Amino acid sequence: MRRADLFVNIIPPLLFTVVLFVLWEIVCRAFSIPLTILPAPSDIFAALWQYRAPIIDNSWVTLWTTLVGFLMATVGGLLLGIAVGWHRSLYTALYPVLVGFNSVPKVAVVPILILWFGLGEIPAIITAFLISFFPIVVNVATGLATTSPELEDVLRALGASKLDIMRKVSIPGSLPYFFGSLKVAITLAFVGAVVSETVGANKGIGKLMLDAQAAFQVQIVFAGLLVLAFLGIVLYAATALVEKRFTGWAFRGQNR
Amino acid sequence: MAEALVELENISMAYGDGDTAVRAIEDVTLSIRKGEFIAVVGPSGCGKSSLMKLISGLHPPLSGSLTVEGKPVKGPLKSVGMAFQASNLLPWRNCVDNILLPLEIVQPYRKNISSQRAQYKEKAVRLLNSVGLTGFTEKFPWELSGGMQQRASICRALIHEPEILMLDEPFGALDAFTREELWCALRDIQQERQVTVMLVTHDLREAVFLADTVYVMSNRPGRVVKKCPVDLPRPRELEVTYSQEFQDIVYELRSMIGGKH
Repeated sequence: MRRADLFVNIIPPLLFTVVLFVLWEIVCRAFSIPLTILPAPSDIFAALWQYRAPIIDNSWVTLWTTLVGFLMATVGGLLLGIAVGWHRSLYTALYPVLVGFNSVPKVAVVPILILWFGLGEIPAIITAFLISFFPIVVNVATGLATTSPELEDVLRALGASKLDIMRKVSIPGSLPYFFGSLKVAITLAFVGAVVSETVGANKGIGKLMLDAQAAFQVQIVFAGLLVLAFLGIVLYAATALVEKRFTGWAFRGQNR
Repeated sequence: MAEALVELENISMAYGDGDTAVRAIEDVTLSIRKGEFIAVVGPSGCGKSSLMKLISGLHPPLSGSLTVEGKPVKGPLKSVGMAFQASNLLPWRNCVDNILLPLEIVQPYRKNISSQRAQYKEKAVRLLNSVGLTGFTEKFPWELSGGMQQRASICRALIHEPEILMLDEPFGALDAFTREELWCALRDIQQERQVTVMLVTHDLREAVFLADTVYVMSNRPGRVVKKCPVDLPRPRELEVTYSQEFQDIVYELRSMIGGKH
């Protein structure tokens, strides 16, 4: 089992990533692409090392603003999702506004947030929240709607209230949908925080990249991108782990 | 003759209201004795399942009178257990915990469930043992075969010792051999507990093998076109299904239902 694990889950993704970087390096050197257009991975990793202090400092800000926004979206999305799944008229009342709200590009909202809250972490947190909120609501509501009507009959015939059915059947049953949406939401929250930082902020990876771009330090811009990709993977993996921990029963096909 | 437990008099029932209402049941009169095993057969969409919803109090009748134990039915009965073609077991609960679900809902068990969980669990295990699921109590639904899931589903319908057991094509999705096995399991359960059973099915052999009385319903809107008492002696073994007497009853029922051949 461990051996198979190694050859299926560890080596192939690692190998693919390394090959990608090697190809990139080869292309950059073979065609001597200027540093200001596309820096080679070696340049990027060098910049990453050289500027590690400001990069870590700014990554930290982006990370915690993302997580705070994500946490708010998780709680808010779960509650609103349950509310919308609870009552049909609540669903019809809120849905158009929700969809409309989700369609507004969040970049356009950031200036307003800066106007209200000033340059700082709050606009990033709110943007992360706004962008990751919607998929959670939709998924929770969808999950609640999958309750088997027959099982509902079984329980209603016993005198179960709507709350009983929600607590015993619908909510546990919608957990796979909820956790599935968290994986989408965490990466979106990250995007939201960085977008907000690039529009206006005094800290964060987005801000760092913006400054580096202004100074034509393209290798730092790319170093920022690498950090973002890495953090994104870590956050996604952490969420996926939580998902598996809580809804293992929904993944039974894969562990057998 | 035992007293009537369920009595329907000139019952009609419809889904929806006003001009768009769809009549599901029309002018049905029947009565079910305490401890009687009845089967309702008929073409698909004839309102067999509606009859179940009606008697369990999940859907009100349009007209007519419906009483259970002499009292008119006004809402969910609470003294019924139901099982369907799909077992509907919760995948995040193991077998025993699935079966305890009704006890978390219905009184008087509900108020005692936290203090007496161990006792209830024991009761659930005994029930599972009695249908041949010994050793599977801690297994999750996906670890059980279709027949086992269906046995567990019937246990869930019985755990709160209901007055009436309602089964809506419970064996419809099973292979022929498993189905016959479960017929015998259901026969034994009913014999032992003397529970009143209403079985909705379109398998005529199933109906005749298990029931004391078979009701044949017509196409929608459903009416009872024939009440057929089955006088085969009990306990019945599977061999009885090959007897001439049995075949005659099945043949007679088949001719009542019609349809193209």
